[in-house]
Amino acid sequence: MQNMAQKNIAQTTQTPLTDCLLRLGDNALVLGQRHAQLCGKAPALEEELALMNVGLDLFGQARNWLGYAAELMAAERATDKVDADQLAFRRDAQDFRNLLLVEQPNGDFADIIGRQFLFDAWHVHLLDGLAHSSDPRIAEVAAKSLKEATYHLRRSSEWVIRLGDGTEESHTRMQRALNNLWQFTGELLQADEIDQAMLAAGIAPDLQTVATRWKATVEEVLEEATLERPSYDAWMYTGGKVGHHTEHLGFLLAEMQYLPRAYPDATVW
Amino acid sequence: MRPSGNHPSASIDNWPSSDLIGSDRSGLPRAGEQGDVDAVLAVLQHVLDPEVPVVSVVELGIVRDIDWLDERLVVNVTPTYSGCPATEVIEQHILEALVAAGYADPLIQRRLSPAWTTDWLTDVGREKLRSYGIAPPVGSASKRSLTGQSDPVVPCPLCGSEATERVSEFGSTACKALYRCRDCLEPFDYFKCL
Ligand SMILES: [Zn+2]
Repeated sequence: MQNMAQKNIAQTTQTPLTDCLLRLGDNALVLGQRHAQLCGKAPALEEELALMNVGLDLFGQARNWLGYAAELMAAERATDKVDADQLAFRRDAQDFRNLLLVEQPNGDFADIIGRQFLFDAWHVHLLDGLAHSSDPRIAEVAAKSLKEATYHLRRSSEWVIRLGDGTEESHTRMQRALNNLWQFTGELLQADEIDQAMLAAGIAPDLQTVATRWKATVEEVLEEATLERPSYDAWMYTGGKVGHHTEHLGFLLAEMQYLPRAYPDATVW
Repeated sequence: MRPSGNHPSASIDNWPSSDLIGSDRSGLPRAGEQGDVDAVLAVLQHVLDPEVPVVSVVELGIVRDIDWLDERLVVNVTPTYSGCPATEVIEQHILEALVAAGYADPLIQRRLSPAWTTDWLTDVGREKLRSYGIAPPVGSASKRSLTGQSDPVVPCPLCGSEATERVSEFGSTACKALYRCRDCLEPFDYFKCL
């Protein structure tokens, strides 16, 4: 019974604004968790430090977004306590609103960098728009996150170029990663009703503008990396933004949520 | 601990700003109030960053505002990075230091905007970083410094040589990058521009 009640945290309280915040928070949380899974497993010490620090930035951003979402949900329900931790650890996969791209498994280093680059190139342009949001809380979280995301993009771009324009082996792997991940990029660029509502309210930027900038960034970096850009018209998987996920998310959440779910009354970790 | 009277927002305003910051700090405190702010600053000067334990929270530039709400001291603190794991610890240390100094029930508030920038590191803070073996930020924070379009020469904090190279965009914490000196061959952390 408790699980049923917890599962409904998201479902019973969603408005376009909380949905928008869950998308932002879940993208950061799920990608951050992918980084956390690499702790102790990165190919080199320096890259381990970098991956963990990028993940930490993302967790911090997730806490800011989900914290705001939780406040709105708690105000709406007026009774139950909702906080960022509850949203992170007590929702099931179908209640997550992250992009399919960020939940894709770690694979090899080219997969990790490819996923990060495709996301960063979108994230900076989105955050740039959100920093001018009509919602001041969103604007300040976005302005803070933008600095971090800009630096993430710098790192992931450099790696895409280094691997793409590197050895035959690194080029092959980087191209393969790109080709595999490309099918999850469609929903980054396609606005749905939530995106439209946020745009109309001046809360979030036009995704078409973000898409144009994303394409420009991707094209510039891939060209320098001597990599071939897959077609924008390729068939794309979608659904992450409305809770229809690939099978990978469930496994990620099972690991991430195990402790808080096993010990729901714990107050000290 | 402090004279009575209404104190308008007493901003700390001797730090340079950049166009990234969008500074909203308005004016220096009026004469007669600076003493109160100075007394608080003197306490906070002993609260050190747990990850770089030579630099105080004041020198780091994360104490953004000192004010009084009726008789209650309010200190606004901004995090360096969204995910900085030291944020809560630092706020707790500030609270403890103020209570120990006799301030009753001080309020520590977290403020995100304007976002922290390394431009707020004081000159003394920069010098302390250098003597601790961490190269302080070179130049000021800008979009170009973040995107890597203008990578500065980072002198080695150990031997002063300018023959250095970046090994990784991240060092031991999010606020640092990892460098190596080609003269003395030592690796070192660079407190990068943000
Ligand atoms: Zn040296």
